[in-house]
Amino acid sequence: MSGHPGFIPVNLLTGFLGSGKTTLLRRLLQDPSLAGAAVLINEFGEVGLDHHLIERIDETTVLLKAGCVCCTIRGELSEAIRDLHSKRERGLVPCFDRLVIESTGLADPFPILSTVRADPVLSSHFTLGNVVATVDAATAARQTLRRPEWLKQVASADRIVLTKTDIAAPDAVAALSAELLALNPTAEAVDVHGSSWSAAWLMAEDAATGDPLARRPAEEHGEPHGDHDHHPRAGQAPDQNQGHGHHDGHGHGHGHGHGHGHGNRHDPNRHDATIHAFSVTLDRPIDWTGFGIWLTMLLNRHGAKVLRVKGILDLCGEERPVAVHGVQHLVHPPVHMAAWPAGPRQSRLVFIVDGLAEATVRASLETFMALADDMPAGEAAA
Amino acid sequence: MCSLCGILGVENHWTDAVARPGVFSRNDETRSRRLERARRIRLANRVLAAYRLQLGDWQGRAYLLSTATGKTEVIDSLAHLWPAAEQLSGRSFDPLDPDLLSRLTARR
Repeated sequence: MSGHPGFIPVNLLTGFLGSGKTTLLRRLLQDPSLAGAAVLINEFGEVGLDHHLIERIDETTVLLKAGCVCCTIRGELSEAIRDLHSKRERGLVPCFDRLVIESTGLADPFPILSTVRADPVLSSHFTLGNVVATVDAATAARQTLRRPEWLKQVASADRIVLTKTDIAAPDAVAALSAELLALNPTAEAVDVHGSSWSAAWLMAEDAATGDPLARRPAEEHGEPHGDHDHHPRAGQAPDQNQGHGHHDGHGHGHGHGHGHGHGNRHDPNRHDATIHAFSVTLDRPIDWTGFGIWLTMLLNRHGAKVLRVKGILDLCGEERPVAVHGVQHLVHPPVHMAAWPAGPRQSRLVFIVDGLAEATVRASLETFMALADDMPAGEAAA
Repeated sequence: MCSLCGILGVENHWTDAVARPGVFSRNDETRSRRLERARRIRLANRVLAAYRLQLGDWQGRAYLLSTATGKTEVIDSLAHLWPAAEQLSGRSFDPLDPDLLSRLTARR
């Protein structure tokens, strides 16, 4: 079940105000696969099921010291999870096998994820699972898209659930689907009213332990949206997968060669035109040490603008691929994948950034990798 | 311990993750840990040299970050290297800075 044996997976359920988080949560908790899940919500309990654990968390944030974002800990969230775990260990509550946190509609997911990762106690018992975001298809286009919180929630998501698609215009749903795909090409989106998803699939931890690019855009394979997998793209019923409109900036095909890439850009006239996704590929094995130095340096200065980074690395000296995942300043422990996915063996990183230029990021990565190349692996003495 | 904020136990940085099933790490055995650590210091120094800073090892457990004038900070991991370097030097360390990239390329 868990990607890391012995650790309890934590799923974050996020989404803008009124986007249907609690409704979805209520539905999920009725599924047998989540019968053993504990739930923390930050609003007064609405999902009162006796065999689940519901506690209230307020929005207190403890800023330990400005600039030390690695240690950003939301104090009361940390205490609430610690308390739950303590009760679990003492047999005061059922031995839950998963924790689902429902955040407020205005919450930035990063401090919540960072709390689980950075808190020394929590990180010893819990591991981060998929981030699930609800998006209200009926109002997203005209309201919440203008909110930075909404953008961060969508960019952080591993799974996106489109809600209220039954009362939204089909054209609007299709346009929103394209928007979401452009904004976060690494996430997979489903219609809440569709049958192509399950609670277990939604509340899993495969995004942190599996192939981070398994849900990459269909266009990269020369296929139309939604035809390549079991889960239609955001809000699309199977018969909506064809020809649903504007995909400016998509469909360029693979970027080949060292450092090539391509972007999935929004309409430049939109308010969020500075937020865009792009991928960078490297055709030769890269140096782990150099990559770590580069990414830590990048996130230290620009972490707030790197809404998401996910990728597969072909590392020098490693046969198997290594997956990396990051949300803003937070990077998950890298994981060894079982085998290379189909296609060429290469490092491939997808970035979702706010205001950073693709060419600049790529040039920087190439420079740092070249610097590491100049230092052979055996040369370690300082 | 985080040298910047003082919190205890924050050591499991992703570049040096605690070895456990499924996790990629070179922090799994003594030899690979030492090799990786030495390589990290050497490579970081190639970048830090552009700012006249130097990184060294401290008993295999921490790093010493020093300025040219001898001002020194003890740090635990790469997570703290760049904030500490900026604090010590009073400068911004931006890997997207074209001038830095030019200098790094010129030093090769």
